Amino acid sequence: MRWRNSSLFVAGLTACLLFSGCSSRSSDSSGGADAADNVKLTGSGASFPFPLYDRWFKEYSRAHYGVQIDYQAKGSGAGIKDFTNGTVDFGASDAAMSDEEIAAVGAGVQLLPMTAGEVVLAYNLPGVEGLKLSREAYTGIFLGKVTNWTDPLIADANPGAKLPDEDITVVRRADSSGTTFVFTQHLSAISEAWANGPGTGKTVVWPDSDKIVASPKNDGVTATITQTPGAIGYIEYGYAKLTKLAMASLENKAGNFVMPSLESGQAALSNVEMPADLRAWLPDPPGEQAFPIVSYTWLLCYKKYEDPKQAEALKAVVKYCLTDGQKISDEMGYVPLPEDVVAKVTAALDAIQ
Amino acid sequence: MATSIEPNESIDSVASPPTTWDVAWDRAFRAMTHVFSWMTILLVLYILYEIGGKAIPAVQEFGFSFITGTTWDANKGEFGVLPEIWGTLYSSLLALAIAGFFGVSIAIFLTQDFLPAYLEVVFKNIVELLAAIPSVVYGLWGIYVVIPAIRPAANWVHEHFEWIPFFKTSLSGPGMLPASLVLAIMILPTVSAISRDAISSVPHKLKEAAFGLGATRWEAIFGVIIPASATGIFGSLVLGFGRALGETMALAMLVGNSNQLTVSLFSPANTLAALLANNFPEAGKQEEQVLMYAALLLMAITLGVNIFGAAIMRRASAHMKGATK
Repeated sequence: MRWRNSSLFVAGLTACLLFSGCSSRSSDSSGGADAADNVKLTGSGASFPFPLYDRWFKEYSRAHYGVQIDYQAKGSGAGIKDFTNGTVDFGASDAAMSDEEIAAVGAGVQLLPMTAGEVVLAYNLPGVEGLKLSREAYTGIFLGKVTNWTDPLIADANPGAKLPDEDITVVRRADSSGTTFVFTQHLSAISEAWANGPGTGKTVVWPDSDKIVASPKNDGVTATITQTPGAIGYIEYGYAKLTKLAMASLENKAGNFVMPSLESGQAALSNVEMPADLRAWLPDPPGEQAFPIVSYTWLLCYKKYEDPKQAEALKAVVKYCLTDGQKISDEMGYVPLPEDVVAKVTAALDAIQ
Repeated sequence: MATSIEPNESIDSVASPPTTWDVAWDRAFRAMTHVFSWMTILLVLYILYEIGGKAIPAVQEFGFSFITGTTWDANKGEFGVLPEIWGTLYSSLLALAIAGFFGVSIAIFLTQDFLPAYLEVVFKNIVELLAAIPSVVYGLWGIYVVIPAIRPAANWVHEHFEWIPFFKTSLSGPGMLPASLVLAIMILPTVSAISRDAISSVPHKLKEAAFGLGATRWEAIFGVIIPASATGIFGSLVLGFGRALGETMALAMLVGNSNQLTVSLFSPANTLAALLANNFPEAGKQEEQVLMYAALLLMAITLGVNIFGAAIMRRASAHMKGATK
């Protein structure tokens, strides 16, 4: 008897498990239709602005009961893919979208730059602060040509710094990434050897070396730099700031060594004109105090939504991000958009229906 | 099983024939086990079909040069996975050597009355708990604990024994050795749990007979117990190896993901599973097909190892049968 009961119980449990998946999903969608206020927006994409987006969406949901926003940091390429396949309500990408990619979306695409970020070179050299790297030095390091910290290319720019006689370990991204795209785009712009070698891309072929290691995602690279004496790698400014990693000041187009900061990021943005399609690239921004590696990051929205409530909610969220949201960009390690860009993006919202 | 427990109504007559309900239930249960076994087989075939179907264009385009090629360039459409195949086998064999030694030692330690019975249970559970730790946690632990711990020793070895190819490079951080070490710990519970079962299923009489013939404890263990349970221990190694081949996240974090062919333990390398994990989420159409091809290769390697292992096990057990009975 006991045996029979328990097996019935198991069968029942299995049935529950099998069906609960379906039933919970169906109740989800009907719940959305029933309650007038409940709007759910799902998005995926870039991991570069994730800390900021996550905070924005959480704060917005808290202030606006019934609006739920889920954002998954899968990476820019995955974001574009999900967005094109229509599995999400919005996407996010550091590499915007190419003309081909835009053409593949039937409902139309509105790209919205939401914030900008700096890609910094973080390093792990105990006792060395304020490392200065000339353009030649940092392209040389990432090309695998400058291999020791005492190399004259580095030492000459840093008189008085106690540079260790140690191999340079370069840490790069293992996965396809918008951060890599921004970084390699800059290197291609300033170095012919780089442009003809690895080139620009979300993944590139890095030089063969035992001292170039790769880690997944921004946090993987950050962790590896923290744990490896003599390491240098490129990460988003916010990640370096959060983990208090030392950042190098880089030589910009004007020949000045500039530390990554809010001001140097804004200086870079202020000299670049935003075109009508809101896709502006800054491979090597001009300006005396401009930080050289800066990029906008975009939200990808459809021009037409089937559910007008969703479109309304999305526009309201974007408006919040463009106004109140910009005020917390800085503390999260991102560069607020210049006023005229905010105005242009706000105007572009009308295209979404 | 169902007939051994009596229904309530016939509790007084111990040897009543099975009721219709018992028979029906017995049949239903048997049918169910058949269905589920076939579903498992069909699932494997379906996965093969799905991956194979998606890989066909890449297989046609790249063919055998995919296996012998050493570049991975998504922008130029040039793909080769020899370094990954090498890295997968190398790291797994290394991990298996470490985990095999420690896993079997633990299994012996926990079954041959070295400890009081209650402590055996505690130890066994602790070892098996290792299996419950998520892969990502192992990866982080590798980065924050294992690498800094082995770096001084590794670099000392590199400085003094540079002429040995295994130690040709210095360890900067992620690399083959830390990856294999962590991998070994990850497959340790599999190896030790199954070996333990195999060893403890050796009939007690056998050991007593060995003692009776004047064998010492260690002679009994190495001369009788281990050979008698060799099939099971070997099975644990095959399973552990299979798991090591497919391990993904911890390796993606620790192996260095560098596309090079090297025997140096301290060099960064790559594995097929890590390659898939890193590139799949953002792969374009062509790269996706190529990754499916790589996945197919990984499956083929794992399958090959399992078949090879099963074949050896069969031969070994045929040889062993006389000893155990």
